Amino acid sequence: MAEAAAVEARGWGWRHAGRRPWALDGLDLVIEAGERVLLLGPSGSGKSTLLAALAGVLAEDQGESRGALLVDGRPPRATPGRAGLVLQDPQSQVILPRVGDDAAFGAENLGVPADEVRSRVVAALAAVGLDIPLDATSTRLSGGRQQRLALAGVLAMRPGLVLLDEPTANLDPAGVTEVRDAVVSSVAATGATLLVVEHRVAVWADAVDRVVVLGADGAVVADGAPAAVLAAQGRSLAEQGVWVPGRSPAIRRAPLAASGPVLATSGLLVGRDRRPVLAVPDLELPSGRLTALTGPNGLGKTTLALTLGGLLPPVAGSVVPAPWLAGGLRGGPSEWRSRDLLGRVSVVFQSPQHQFLAGTVRDELAVGPRALRRPPRAVAARVDELLERLDLVRLADANPFTLSGGQQRRLSVGSALAVPPRLLLLDEPTFGQDARTWAALVELLLEGVDDGAAVVAATHDPELVALADGRVALEHERAVLA
Amino acid sequence: MTPIGERINPLTAIGVALLVDLVLLASVDVVTAAVAVAVELLLAPLAGLRLARFARRALPLLTGAAVAGATISLYGRTSGAVHLRWWLVVVSDGSLALALATALRILAIGLPAALLLAGMDATRLADALGSRLHLPARFVLAGLAAVRLVEVFGEDWRTIALARRARGVGDANRIRRLPGQVFALLVVALRRAGLLATAMEARGLGAAERRTWSRPSTFGRPDLAALAAGLLVVALAVGLGLATGSYRVVLT
Repeated sequence: MAEAAAVEARGWGWRHAGRRPWALDGLDLVIEAGERVLLLGPSGSGKSTLLAALAGVLAEDQGESRGALLVDGRPPRATPGRAGLVLQDPQSQVILPRVGDDAAFGAENLGVPADEVRSRVVAALAAVGLDIPLDATSTRLSGGRQQRLALAGVLAMRPGLVLLDEPTANLDPAGVTEVRDAVVSSVAATGATLLVVEHRVAVWADAVDRVVVLGADGAVVADGAPAAVLAAQGRSLAEQGVWVPGRSPAIRRAPLAASGPVLATSGLLVGRDRRPVLAVPDLELPSGRLTALTGPNGLGKTTLALTLGGLLPPVAGSVVPAPWLAGGLRGGPSEWRSRDLLGRVSVVFQSPQHQFLAGTVRDELAVGPRALRRPPRAVAARVDELLERLDLVRLADANPFTLSGGQQRRLSVGSALAVPPRLLLLDEPTFGQDARTWAALVELLLEGVDDGAAVVAATHDPELVALADGRVALEHERAVLA
Repeated sequence: MTPIGERINPLTAIGVALLVDLVLLASVDVVTAAVAVAVELLLAPLAGLRLARFARRALPLLTGAAVAGATISLYGRTSGAVHLRWWLVVVSDGSLALALATALRILAIGLPAALLLAGMDATRLADALGSRLHLPARFVLAGLAAVRLVEVFGEDWRTIALARRARGVGDANRIRRLPGQVFALLVVALRRAGLLATAMEARGLGAAERRTWSRPSTFGRPDLAALAAGLLVVALAVGLGLATGSYRVVLT
């Protein structure tokens, strides 16, 4: 068993290459060996940078540092394997296509003898509760299992310091619990030091014995036992976007008069490449309503949303638009031209990056209005209005790919609203948002609802589901109206 | 039966395919190529591929052989009796013989790869390159990462196409929207590559002086059998070519 590692930062700072401000600066922090620490702070306070530096994945050519950052009294890059890092996105951490090979990858890189690699892999998979064959396909596991596999890969390296960078932000509720429990039990078994970055305090508050809060400039503003820090700092943390238990953002909704459906389905079977995935009971999507589409991952929520949005043809049955939505167009949305979808139906994908088309935020928002050949002055007015509402005025000329995750998400929703659709479908719109960006996003969606649009969100987010007017719950191979 | 490609070491598969191909690339006559194709087809059932899978893998080869044969029969060097003459097209005994030889050569050279490389697994190839050929770990693992990225390209491409339709700009014909879509794929791919590189570094990539390759990359009886089969193809093809006096080397 590896000994737990101690962490020390003395006036440490890091500036990414090509940026003027320091990502974080003047950090003074001591973490004793074996401590379990939750690291909180507003977006942009450099939490992820600190974890990356401790894991030794920040190379000298990626920026400059000052002060000292030490693991066991030595620079992190001089002690490979002492720290292991699990990141946010499950998919991008799968390195090898078979479970056993993936879990072995880290230990192999450290030059651990082959026999010991194999025994460590078995032990690590057991420690995270992954009871699947070593030759199972890692790329098709659920997000929760992929995160546990990434953790097993880290544990097989026998690190003295386990670093977790928002490991549950992209998971469904079942996945969040399974990953948290795997972390708690495996860290208890190895005694390793634990440092977690996460917006959702409730998930980790009971699993750690210390909470450290970074300020916007990266300096420590609070440090202590979880209950004490949350009592003293709960309010300011919530204002900075941390999900503090009992301090979720308050969203008010005015009840609206019911109105007719914008779209209905009849005998709908959805799937890809004519392979059926899900049979859908006949649905009506009411305008002026927020509908939540819920259910475990992998059942076809995305496929259903893409079909309702006219991007995939139904395998069987039909999607029937209300006559006022079709406005003279024939058939279902999947038979319409792309341009005809504008102002009628809009879909926001789970990954905003797949949807970006332009080189600046301003042009990105103008894509829809320009495709409809609106006059330049009207386009500019609409874009300015959206920039204001999305809080992206300062970033109007930035490249969409350089925005933060929360900003990218707001931009993708904003560009879907640029030509206001009668039906807006969104795939996991609130994944990975902190409490502040979450509130901004939800208000944007509700404005659409108040304007009379039917808004449908495929989501796991309990707070968003609680705000919805109606719900479509997917169970195995069928959908249920709730 | 599992495909031979899954039972032999990837290095054997590549080595045997290379052996057969180099010998046959050097010879241009009909007899050598015909014997090679015949022996390869006789050995094919032993490769453990289902007929449907074999047919699927062989289809591009058959198409290539047919197209090349047809072209050469029409335009190949004229000699002997002339059967048809129309503009530049001259079909003669000579062009027909050359067409047949070319089509057979394409089949003879392609079949070993179609049979042996079925079921070739990138992870096993990387293990073999790292632990047997002792290629640098970073080089081998970068190749492996590239394979992993290429696998998700198809899915990314489809998602990007759907996303463009959703944005109202999906009506242009395929050719016109190709550049934009390729660029979008490139951006997404670069980002994926960056994330994967970080994930690999976070698991100690390049940490140790000598990386462990924990999966044994072994050679066994199936490897010997594959090698013997390759030698048999080569020996019979060249032997019969020489015996019938038809054997010709490409450079003479």
